[in-house]
Amino acid sequence: MMPLLEVSGITKRFGGLLAVSDVGFTVGEREILGLIGPNGAGKTTLFNLVNGVIKPDKGTVKFCGQDITSHPPNEVVHLGLARTHQIVKPLHGMSVLENVIVGACFGRDYLHLRPARKVAMEVLERVNLADHSDKAASSLTIAGKKRLEVARALAANPKLLLLDEVLAGLNPTEIEYMIGIVRGIRDSGISVFMIEHVMQAIMSLSDRLVVLSFGQKLAEGTPLEVARDPQVIEAYLGDPDIATKLKEKN
Amino acid sequence: MILRHPVLYIILAFAAIMVWLPLHGNNVSLREDLILVAIAVILASNLNLMIGYTGYVNFGHIVFYGLGGYIGLYLAAEKGWNLVLAALLAGVGVSLFALVLGLGILRLRGAYFALATIGILVAVQSFVANFDPWGRSTGLYVSFDAYEKLGGARHALWVTYFLVIAVMALSMILSLGIKMSKFGLGLFAIREDEGAAVVLGVNTTVYKAIIYSVSAFLPAVAGALMFYKNGMIDPSIAFEFMLSLEGIVMLMLGGKGTVIGAALGGGLYEKLRSYLLTSPKLSNFHLVIAGGLLLVVVLFAPGGLIGWLYKAVPRSRKVLE
Ligand SMILES: Nc1ncnc2c1ncn2[C@@H]1O[C@H](COP(=O)(O)OP(=O)(O)O)[C@@H](O)[C@H]1O
Ligand SMILES: [Mg+2]
Repeated sequence: MMPLLEVSGITKRFGGLLAVSDVGFTVGEREILGLIGPNGAGKTTLFNLVNGVIKPDKGTVKFCGQDITSHPPNEVVHLGLARTHQIVKPLHGMSVLENVIVGACFGRDYLHLRPARKVAMEVLERVNLADHSDKAASSLTIAGKKRLEVARALAANPKLLLLDEVLAGLNPTEIEYMIGIVRGIRDSGISVFMIEHVMQAIMSLSDRLVVLSFGQKLAEGTPLEVARDPQVIEAYLGDPDIATKLKEKN
Repeated sequence: MILRHPVLYIILAFAAIMVWLPLHGNNVSLREDLILVAIAVILASNLNLMIGYTGYVNFGHIVFYGLGGYIGLYLAAEKGWNLVLAALLAGVGVSLFALVLGLGILRLRGAYFALATIGILVAVQSFVANFDPWGRSTGLYVSFDAYEKLGGARHALWVTYFLVIAVMALSMILSLGIKMSKFGLGLFAIREDEGAAVVLGVNTTVYKAIIYSVSAFLPAVAGALMFYKNGMIDPSIAFEFMLSLEGIVMLMLGGKGTVIGAALGGGLYEKLRSYLLTSPKLSNFHLVIAGGLLLVVVLFAPGGLIGWLYKAVPRSRKVLE
């Protein structure tokens, strides 16, 4: 079966810094692919390359079999690839509902205002923000803003959703809630590609994981395989011998 | 639906009052005052589409008004065109000019865009001042018998007044229509966060160029009517930088981003300005006062009069756009 998203050989340099180097992977239908790696590894940059916020120096991005390399973000979302931002970007002066209506109006279905409003209300129910729909987006807590990011992206009716650290800064209850939302999204038939630092969450949510370190793909596999990979352990814990030490212990 | 919107009826009532006031008792000096109010409302409302709706500060907005004046006067006075047709063509021409220009300069953001708009104003002014068909720095005049087609000069002044009032009402209705539309929603998204807007699917490049072009249309039409009425145009009165700045003051005073606020600011500021200009003691100070006013509004009431009203009477937010 054709993968939903197929990235190959993608490379991006910022001046002297090789932020993403020759990375390739695929995301399948109804799959949750996790992306982990230390801070500054290039994860957000990889998202930016996939949805066209920045153009790659090399490599290709294919979505549903179509080459979308360097397509601008607004075209990418029309095709059904939506995303959230690690540093939340609410449309401050607008209400929560209006924020989500924007997502529905300019998303895959390019809805008119009236149907967009209906979709937006449904999505707000889904992320439990319906009670806040009339509030200014700027008045939400950080947890609320993260959910608003997800709601706006969902309102676009995507086939694939990129989530950039939607659990960061949340308390355990909120994390639990958000994990439920992500599961619900996948169960509704949308594939998810997510960056996450909360290990327990990403390990339990992901079908597969990609590990990035210094812009390069370090490992790929099921959460269990990745957790056992000595290179991954080294990248995370910084001790080259940690893997052997751990092995000895076992 | 716009037809069910209370603001539409406020606009129509406002226009009707503007027509009735000078007509009642044939008050010509009041008419001359009110035409300036109408022009101020037109300029502020259309500038609002850029500054208030899209978040792009255009310091050279007056260039549309001046160019419209030139094209309109050239066609109507020199080429003998029907005035309405000449004004419409001026609007279309200037809009197209803005569209092409916009696709170029709207890549710039924030202060760089603002600077570019000043550059355009200066460039257009010096071009026109050296453009032979438009009389270089002496400009163009309307010969007295050109007004014969509108039933003589006296009658022509009334005709242009009514046309300007119509353009004023249209400016406000356009603002309201855009505000209620999906297009307007996309503009607001650009205003709030352009990076987020494009990721959410708004074609920001096209949207910005379109609104820049749309915001040029009615000011150009108004410029054609107004300069035709005045009977002359030259580069210094057509492209007056101060008037461009005052447009921004009007908008901030009334409340940027709102239909009523732009009109209110335009109207009030124009009344204040004509009062100051005619008062012997203060006539040299009107720009000082404009600057002070802008400072006060920006510092203490960034939402302008309408923003203040929204806070004082929260329910007004639902009615007044
Ligand atoms: N637009 C940019 N210009 C220059 N450097 C950038 C830019 N975006 C990211 N970087 C750099 O690229 C590296 C990877 O950043 P990022 O992708 O945000 O990492 P992560 O999301 O994995 O924490 C960092 O060193 C960051 O400073
Ligand atoms: Mg990141």
